[in-house]
Amino acid sequence: MNRDRNYPSTVAGPFEAAPFAFDDREGREIELRPYNGGDDEFESLVSMYVAFDPADRAQGIPPGDEGRIRTWLDGLLEKESYNVVAWHGDTVAGHATLVPDDDTYELAIFVLQAYQESGIGTRLMRGLLGYGAENGVDRVWLSVERWNKAEIGLYEKLGFEISNSESFEMEMSARIATEE
Amino acid sequence: MKVLLGIGGGDDSRRALEQTVSRAAEAGDDLTVAVVDDPGAERPVDDIEAEIDEVLAAAGVDAEVRHVDGDAGSELVRIAESEGFDRVALGGGTTSPMGKIQLGATAQFVLLNSHVTVSLVR
Repeated sequence: MNRDRNYPSTVAGPFEAAPFAFDDREGREIELRPYNGGDDEFESLVSMYVAFDPADRAQGIPPGDEGRIRTWLDGLLEKESYNVVAWHGDTVAGHATLVPDDDTYELAIFVLQAYQESGIGTRLMRGLLGYGAENGVDRVWLSVERWNKAEIGLYEKLGFEISNSESFEMEMSARIATEE
Repeated sequence: MKVLLGIGGGDDSRRALEQTVSRAAEAGDDLTVAVVDDPGAERPVDDIEAEIDEVLAAAGVDAEVRHVDGDAGSELVRIAESEGFDRVALGGGTTSPMGKIQLGATAQFVLLNSHVTVSLVR
């Protein structure tokens, strides 16, 4: 993935970094915390992905069976990625990650179906972007299916701009800090 | 079955080569390997060709290997349609750092334009 990618000239944010807590639109208390790398948190993440509706998969992730989910998660957590988890008690409601890609980061966000459309996705994005910026992440990109207007709208609201619309899936990028 | 296998310089081409050749060995496919122009290739064409010969020899498969100049996608479709192939096989994409599957420009072109059945090898 060494392709040159365009980034907006305007810096997005600032974003409030995780950890923080809030009540979602259903009145559930949601806590956003950076992933701590512990076995318990790993298993809770796996449970969320096992329960994930396959209809919400994008470009092959999350994978469909538990073995592949574990391999995929292990792989991305090992890569010095930045991860923020949305907790509802002991249940993982969502997970967002920034995975290193040369000197930029690829972003993805997953919200469990029962927790969608309750404002968690926006908060989780903000919490992750803030956490990433705190750790020196300055450029972020993601891919999204071009028919997914809701998600594209969310990313635009946060300061992402379309950087490539020539493939099946669309790429968007954001600058979240000024380059040193 | 008469199969046209398109090979570029990516890892997905390597997987496509291995799987398509081993299938040809089992099913007795009449296989043609087309080495396409791949501007993004990280390996020289000689390497790619040597690997093709090696994989074919190891599987005991006899196949024509030819070079295809010009735009990879449109040339593969043209050859497949004009020379009576039953199927085009090619690498089914690379993955992003996140693990998302991404289709290359050649695969996208072939998939949308070919009137011959297409196999994307994963």
